[in-house]
Formats: sequence, structure tokens, C-alpha cells
Amino acid sequence: MAVVGQACLIIALGLCAYGATASVLGARSGRDGLVLSGRRALYALAAVVTIAFVIMEAAFWRSDFSYTVVAQHSSTTTPWYYRLAAAWSSQEGSLLLWLWLLSVWSTVAFVLLRGRLRDVAPYAAAVLLGLGAFFSALLLFTASPFATVASAPAEGMGLNPLLRHPSMMSHPVMLYSGYTLFSIPFAFAIGALIVRRVDAEWIRATRFFTLGAWLALGFGIILGARWAYAELGWGGYWAWDPVENASLLPWLTGTAFLHSVMIQERRGMLKVWNASLILATGVLCILGTFLVRSGILDSIHAFVQEGNTIAWSFTALICVMIAGAVWLVTTRRHDALRSDARIDAFLSRESMFLANNLVFVGLAFVVFWGTFFPLISEAVTGEKAAVGPPWFDRYTVPLALLLVLLSGIGPVIAWRRSSASRLWRSIRGPAISALVVTALVLVVVPGATGHLLSMLLVLFAVFAIGVAVQELWRGTRARQAMTQDNAVQALGGLITRNRRRYGGYLVHIGISVLFIGVALSAAFEGTRDVRLTPGTSATVKGYTFTYEKPTGRIAQRAGELERIELGSVVRVTKDGEQVATLRPSRGYYPMPGIQAGVLGRYFEGESTSEIGLRGGVVRDLWVAEQPDITALQKKVERADALFVQLVRSGRIQMTQAAEVRDLTLQRFVSDYAASAPSAQFRILVSPMVFWIWVGAAIVFLGGIIAIWPAPGSVRGRVRARYAARVARDLGRA
Amino acid sequence: MDPARKRRIRLVVALTAALLLAGALAYTSFSASSSAVTPSQLLASADANRSYQLTGKVVNGSIERRADGITFRVRDRAGTASVPVSYSGAIPDPFRDGREVIINVKKTGTTFVGEKDSLTTKCPSKFNEKQSQPGGQPS
Repeated sequence: MAVVGQACLIIALGLCAYGATASVLGARSGRDGLVLSGRRALYALAAVVTIAFVIMEAAFWRSDFSYTVVAQHSSTTTPWYYRLAAAWSSQEGSLLLWLWLLSVWSTVAFVLLRGRLRDVAPYAAAVLLGLGAFFSALLLFTASPFATVASAPAEGMGLNPLLRHPSMMSHPVMLYSGYTLFSIPFAFAIGALIVRRVDAEWIRATRFFTLGAWLALGFGIILGARWAYAELGWGGYWAWDPVENASLLPWLTGTAFLHSVMIQERRGMLKVWNASLILATGVLCILGTFLVRSGILDSIHAFVQEGNTIAWSFTALICVMIAGAVWLVTTRRHDALRSDARIDAFLSRESMFLANNLVFVGLAFVVFWGTFFPLISEAVTGEKAAVGPPWFDRYTVPLALLLVLLSGIGPVIAWRRSSASRLWRSIRGPAISALVVTALVLVVVPGATGHLLSMLLVLFAVFAIGVAVQELWRGTRARQAMTQDNAVQALGGLITRNRRRYGGYLVHIGISVLFIGVALSAAFEGTRDVRLTPGTSATVKGYTFTYEKPTGRIAQRAGELERIELGSVVRVTKDGEQVATLRPSRGYYPMPGIQAGVLGRYFEGESTSEIGLRGGVVRDLWVAEQPDITALQKKVERADALFVQLVRSGRIQMTQAAEVRDLTLQRFVSDYAASAPSAQFRILVSPMVFWIWVGAAIVFLGGIIAIWPAPGSVRGRVRARYAARVARDLGRA
Repeated sequence: MDPARKRRIRLVVALTAALLLAGALAYTSFSASSSAVTPSQLLASADANRSYQLTGKVVNGSIERRADGITFRVRDRAGTASVPVSYSGAIPDPFRDGREVIINVKKTGTTFVGEKDSLTTKCPSKFNEKQSQPGGQPS
């Protein structure tokens, strides 16, 4: 099957080259047949890449170690669901996933947009096929997932234990879906610029995909944050890691774009800005993929070593994309991109949108600068240097404050022109509510006065929530007056009739709730790293964590030892009352081969923390543990030496070796649990983290409401398609 | 005032403000950054009060646990020159002998003290690098 997979990649490259050429030639010569052929090449690309993707996944599914990529990233002891996800832990699988998602989303877009933007679509298809050609070529010439060996190893190296988390199945897929979905508005923007048709039609046509990209990327980022919180034994959800930052960059510019296109749709303004934003977002998506796949910056995610050919290929692609985007925008800025109107007053919805956009772009610039600072510094001073989280916080916190404040003012300020008194009347209720809530927090929470920025963030976030709730309330009341519905029906009807607007308000509420969670957890978190022996305790923020006893167990899968878990039972009390019992542990995964010893390999492989967590509405109690296995390792070393002696002397037959090994390991684990080993604990008492996840859930609910097509728009699309067909038939007649 | 002139003035003011802000950001990033150094560079010269971002590999057998954290030695990626580091804070799961680490340190006496929670361990190469004999018996 590997040959079929490889053939699919060759066909994919051919289809991309043919489709892109046919689309451009067809559009330039006005030959509809060629344009149609180019589009069909895109559909065919999705089909062949799907076959290639299924072949790769099937190889992972059945643990076919004749595939190099499977042998290096999976094993028979890897659970089936992680075996499938192991595909994108590899360079090859990751690139194939990108290409597959690109081809599938592009096909969905072209099927849904059939008959619309007929002059723009061929160029958009050419851009998407061009991206497809790039990834197909990379897969063919530098990182083929279908490389095989004649003699397959009996066992693979397994999936990195750090990646064995449910988020591995969704986080990379969501990020890549976000990146590839953003390619669609990016491609249509290029098409619109080429044919100088930059009215709002291409924006309306691709809105579904822009919103989908924004949602998928945002979901992917939150899944990554949750993963970091639960898995890395560190307790944080954001660390300004270069690869995290790389996924945030297109999300920031994409969010700015989603806001500013409303001005273009309504007033025909900001055309240059909108085109630049979506082009930048497209480039940043490629940059995000580049960072995670090239290892050019030091990061926990830097999966590959520096200096590989993929880095140079991506650099060339990014340079071409930037040069093309700049050329298109600068050559069209005086005619096609000229604004139909100008901002009338500082106090207007247009100004607020513009300010919001400047803040988003400012944030993106800060994140970009900080992320790429090692390269910038090396280029300027000849010395590689990096900035840390305090530098990022210094700039991003004030910008985030401004953003939340603007998200409160934006929805209520009038288009074209407003006045201070009218604005105040609109925001008076939410502003007073926010002041009261913040004052209450300052009074009730000890030490709150010492966290000025966090309190300001709470103030602005409560204000933004108040404004959104007020708008929903006013709309519901008005609808009730018109329809005589009850409040719930009226609210449902209100949201259904204007999904984009009210979905957007829900997104504002969700982001504000998320920021409240971030502000309060950052300000009032208690952390302690402490070494404890059984029976001893540590106190954090009034909670006493007592290391009651060690635990140990062997986890098996498919009859093989998957990992050894050494952990503890930690009792948490407050004011003498038991609050929770936590069971943090550390899983030790066996090392491939026996270089570390027949027994030692079970303790010398990768290990990961399984945290003990009691999440709550008000606070999370979080414990990670690193057991001290120094004494155990010495025993293992001695046992390994003895084991070899006994096998060599014939006192243990080879047929008995596995049984003896398993019994010995079981004994070690029991001895550990029965002994009183010390362990290093990281203890966190984090307030309001729960609200970060709740806020994210509200954001996605709002996003889904906004993206859900209104019944009218489906009818409109059908009508548009019908009209296009009639026009075509008339043209032929 | 002529509206076109007014718009031009606004644009110049906005651009100047943006440039000033970008300049401030660039300036502070240079002053707040930590130089990325290898152990041999630190051994050659290290100022007492300066923060460095040390990159290298953990020397085998050098990790020692203490009540308030750990001590270990970091050596050059390809070489033997090494420096002692003491650290307290979050220890990443992949941290162990031979792993590539990044840590912010300051020189204190003869040792280098790691900044709290600044220790990063890169994903282990066993899972990343191409093996010299692809598909052969995993080692």
C-alpha cells in the first residue's frame, strides 16, 4: 500500500500543477472549460490526498512497522486512539494532515461557493492549489510518510508519552484546520485583488470559512492551554512559548479582520486594511506551521533539529507570499482599494472598530517581536537573546485591558457619529454595575488592592459583559413587545434573526469571562514546590496538603507492560475539615531496547506527570509529583546485574525470563508503595481557573451561533446558484 | 482647515506615535532580554548580575535533589565544558540526564542560579530525530 500512497502524492503534485495552470489560463483567456477543469483538479486533489491519508492512518492502526514513520512514532503498546493520533506527531504525518485538511476544506469551499465570484474563484483555486503543490512537493522530496524498509522491526519506538493526552487527538487537528481554513479567505482575497473586484462580496462569500477558521484556531489554542495545565506538571496554561505564540498570531489578525470587515460591508471603507489583514493572516498561518515543523526557535514544541531543508522551503514560500501580497496591495491601493467613505467622527462605531483593530494588530506585533526576538537580536547584535514572560506581560496586559474596554463600548456606540452624552446614556448601567462589582471584589477579597491591573481587567470585563447582556435584554424586550412571545422565545427569536450580531455578543461575554478567570487566577494563585515524606504536610493559601502514602501500580496494554505508575495519596484539608483527596502520580514508560537493562529500561524511559486535580467553581487544587526513585534505581541496577548472571549461569531459562522480570517489577512497585520514599511536589491553589474554560465554552457557543447559516442565507445561496445557472444557459443560447 | 491637510496631519501624528511605540518596544526588548549562551561561553566570561539564557545538555549523573530544588550541570551540546546550576521551581516532565535544556541563570559565586520556573526541556530527540538506520531495531 505504501506504493499506492506514494503514487497518490505524485498524482497530487501533478493535479496541483495542472489545476493551478488551468485555472489561471482559463481565467485569463475566458475559457470556462479550463476553469472548470482547474476546479475539478481541486476536487480530485481532495480525493487522492484522502486516499494517501487513509493509507498512512491504516499503517498506524495496524502497527505496520515496515513504514519508517510508524516504527519511529508508534508501538503495539500505544492505545489505538493514540496510534491514529501518532501520525501527526511526526513531521511526515503532520505535513500530510496539513495537505489533507487544505484539500478537503478547499473542496468544501468551492462546492458551497459554486456559481459565486466566478471571476475571482479561478485565481483563488490557483492559490490553494499552489499551496497544495508546496506541501505535496515537501512530502514527496523531503518527508515522505510512505518510506519503508524491507525488514520491519518487531516493535516501534512508541508515541512520546508527553503526547499521550486526549488533546493530542484534537489540538493539532484544530490548529491545522484553523490554518487551512484561513487559506480560503486568503486565496479569495488574492483573487479579488488580481481581478480588482474588492467590494465586500468576497468577504461575504468566504465569511463562513473565516469564522470557521477563527473558531477552529481558537478552539485549538484553548485545547493546548488545557493540555499544558493538565499534563506538563507545571500548572500554567500559557507560557509565551514560541509555538503557542505562532498559533496566536493569525488568531489575533483574524479577529481584527472579522471586526473590520463589518465596516467595509456597511460603508465600503478600510479596503486596503482588510486585504492586508487577511493576507497577513494567511502568511502567519504558514509561519505557524513553519515554526512548529522547523525547530528554528528553541521551544518545548521544537520537534525537529535546526538546519533542515524544510526550514528553507518554508522560508522561500513565506518570502514569495509576502512579496506577492505587498505587490498586490500597493498596486491596487489607489483604484480598486480606494475607500467609498471616510470616518466622520472620533466618537463613532467606525472609530471604535478601527481602535480595536489597532490594538489587535499591536498585540500581534508585540507577540511577533517577542517570539522572533532571538532571530532579530542575532541579526542586529550578532548575539542570540530571548525575552521572557515578564516582557510579554508588560505590553500585552495594557493592550488586553484596552481591548476589553473597547469590546464594551463598540456594540453600543452609533455608526457615523455619536456624542459623549449619548454614549454615556448607553453605557451608564453596565459601567455602574462594573464599578459596584469591582468595589465588592476589592472589599471581599483580601489583598485585592495590591493587584491594580488585575482589578482593572475585572472592571472592564464586567463592563463588557454588562453591555452585551444589556443589548440582549433590550432586544428581547423589543421583540416581546412586537411578537407577544415570552422572554425565552423572544430571546431565541432575536438570536435566530441576527445570528452574527448576537453570536458576536456572546463571544464578547465569553472572552470577558475568560479574562476574569485569567486576571484572578494570575493575581491570587498560590504555588509551592516542596519536598515531603509520608505523613508530612505543606500549606498553601490556607489549604494543608498532607502526603499520606505512596502508591504504585503496573498498567498493562495488549498483554504488555505500558507504564509503571508511582504516585501518592494527598489529603487536602482546610481549617481541619477534609476538602479533597488527590492522587498525583508519575508514569514511567519503558525504553525501547535493553541497553538500560532488562529491568532498568522500565524506569529509564520517558516519564510524565498525571496531576491530582480537584477543580472547582471558585478554586482549583492542583498537585504534581516527582517521586524520588534514587533508592529504587539502585535496587534495579543490582537486580539487573543479578538477572544477567542468573540467565548466563542457566539458573533462569530464557523461557522463564519474562515471568521472572514481571514478578520482579511487581515486587519493586509493591516495595515502593510499602516504603516511605520522599517526593517532590508542586502544589497550586488557583482561583477561578474554571471560568477560563467556561469563558472559552461561551466563546465557542457564540461563534457557532454566528457561523450557523440563517435559513434566509441558505435560500439566498440556492437562488444565487439558480441565477448563475440561468445566466450561464442564457449565455450559451 | 482643509480636510485633506487635516487628514494628512492626523496620519503623520498616528504614524509618529506608532513609530515611537515600536521604538520603545524594540529598545526594551534589547534591554530586557537574556543573551542565549552555551556553557563554554559562560565559563569564558559571565557578569555577576546579568541574566543569561543557558542552552545545553544535562550532564549524565549530575542531577541531585535537595530540599528546596535540584542541582545539576549543563554541558555544551557538542562538547564537555559544563557549568553547575542550582534551580528551584517547576521541573518539566522530560527533564533528566542527557536532555537538552534551556534555563535563565544568573552567576552567584561559583555557581549559576536558575530563575524560578524558567527551566524548559526540549522534546527528547529519541522521538524526533531521524534515526541513522531508519526502520531498524529501535535503540
